[in-house]
Amino acid sequence: MKLRAEPNRGAGSALAAASIPSARRTSLAAKLRKDKWIYLLLAPGLLYFLIFKYVPMWGILLAFQDYQPFLGFWKSEWVGFDHFKVFFDNPEFFMLLRNTLTLSFYNLIFFFPMPIVLALLLNEVRRAFFKRTIQTLIYVPHFISMVIVASLTYVLLTTQGGFVNGLLEQYAGTKIDFLASPEWFRPMIVVQTIWKESGFGTIIFLAALAGVDVEQYEAAIMDGANRWRQAWHITLPSIRNTIVILLILRMGDVLDNGFEQIYLMLNPLNREVAEVFDTYVYMMGITQGAFSYSTAVGLFKAVVGVILVLGSNWLAKRFGQTGIY
Amino acid sequence: MNRRYRSVGSTVFDTANYIVLALIGFAAIAPFLYVVAGSFASDTELTRRSFFLIPHSFSTMAYKYIFSTDTIMKSIGNSLYITVAGTAVNLLFTVTMAYGLSKRGIYGRNAIMNLILFSMLFGGGLIPTYLVVRELQLLDTYWALILPGAISAFNLIIVKNFFQELPPELEEAAKIDGCSDLSLLWRIVLPLSMPVLATFTLFYAVGHWNNFFSALLYINDPARWPLQVMLRQIVLLSQMAAGSADSVDYNYVQEAQQSIKMAVIVVGTLPILLVYPFLQKHFAKGVLIGSVKG
Repeated sequence: MKLRAEPNRGAGSALAAASIPSARRTSLAAKLRKDKWIYLLLAPGLLYFLIFKYVPMWGILLAFQDYQPFLGFWKSEWVGFDHFKVFFDNPEFFMLLRNTLTLSFYNLIFFFPMPIVLALLLNEVRRAFFKRTIQTLIYVPHFISMVIVASLTYVLLTTQGGFVNGLLEQYAGTKIDFLASPEWFRPMIVVQTIWKESGFGTIIFLAALAGVDVEQYEAAIMDGANRWRQAWHITLPSIRNTIVILLILRMGDVLDNGFEQIYLMLNPLNREVAEVFDTYVYMMGITQGAFSYSTAVGLFKAVVGVILVLGSNWLAKRFGQTGIY
Repeated sequence: MNRRYRSVGSTVFDTANYIVLALIGFAAIAPFLYVVAGSFASDTELTRRSFFLIPHSFSTMAYKYIFSTDTIMKSIGNSLYITVAGTAVNLLFTVTMAYGLSKRGIYGRNAIMNLILFSMLFGGGLIPTYLVVRELQLLDTYWALILPGAISAFNLIIVKNFFQELPPELEEAAKIDGCSDLSLLWRIVLPLSMPVLATFTLFYAVGHWNNFFSALLYINDPARWPLQVMLRQIVLLSQMAAGSADSVDYNYVQEAQQSIKMAVIVVGTLPILLVYPFLQKHFAKGVLIGSVKG
């Protein structure tokens, strides 16, 4: 996952290197003039990043103000860390932290192993047509919008003519109101995630498995290894690095639960377990108009997030991985 | 594939594996099959007994209803418009910037790259971005759904790297023939990049069609809602209202609506399923895998 620009090795770099000394001799203005079309091409994108990425970063200062829309940014009063104090003293803070971390933990335990298991099972399939067909099917849910996923959940689980409750009534004689009960919220979210992303998650493991040398299996067979032993001693170790790095990267976003999914399944009846940082920021900021307070909450989350990402990246490097930044 | 020792256990495992995978594959699309079947079912059948794939009665009432309503048709039109216009803007912004960044020796190139990389790590967050969009007077316009996400930094870097890997000799030859930077992009680089651009076109377009969050944030005017917001309104919010209502009359309305809800879900999913074969062809080839693996 290297995002840094790598200088291109090969014939091109020699030419590029040769052109640098002559370029250095010309003045900056001449250089800018020579590449004026390139700068024209860069301009829209650069403007985009400045306006929609960097102006909002500067807007973080709102968190330290008592921002009033009619006064504007320049005239609003500065209040220092007041909003953060209010937030940390709020009993809702612990509810949000608990809900956010619990959901992340559930996803780690129940969702994370799924793509690995699925990839291992697919790897044992020797009929290429069957394998391709299954892959085609299980990648579909990844491309479906969260609104559709939530809608499917609703029509399947509703107590009024939903498929699941229809079966429950027929065979168990009772109905369960999954959508409105707090105890069913987390399982529902985890099942949605498993259904939507397990299939697509196999891609990275299957790519790693495709690189395993067939001779290793042949050698193992010569040594009398059965299928189970081959999987344990050859297949699994070959994706161990991928597993470790994905696991560590996941640590970096334990505070991100995915706004859309939670927001769509959230309702007043399950709020006590469903409200997370992202939905709280939306509710306080957009719905209730507490811009400064919700910016402070968002900033708290972002800062913890960056620390976690950099920390996990550092950890990944210590494990001998390349890291992302 | 290699020949492996086949024991009884091995055969049993294979059989079980095929069955399990077939079931998982079925589970991935089963909800769609149910919803498609349900959208063609008559109103009463859905609540009276739970069927799965084949309804007893067949009716196209739900679709006729959808095509007769202004609100749903309008939202479909909005979504199509946003998808087409938004993808065009995405491509224009991504390609121009990626091409500029692919040129080595451009003054300030590294600074711009660092600017982009940092924006991937840290952002201003929801509220400041919302306020920027509001200050620009973009609320309740389609531009609010198009401009704030005009470039995906991730896609930008992949396209930039692709441009960089094109053979530099092509460029030199064209330059000698008197080709300017702009016509170089238009006449040499873009035609060579068609497969990559097709992939990003599809990914951007799917993103726009599926986008719910931006519309929730920036669009309050129901006449400008895209289908995803309308869908939530029809399927999810009426559901919650139903949870609190308890009258027999309401149940009748509810019954009548169930197949319509399913039909709207089908309409929302269909475009994705139509482009899916093309999508799959591309990501299976590894444009995105390569980027993730490093």
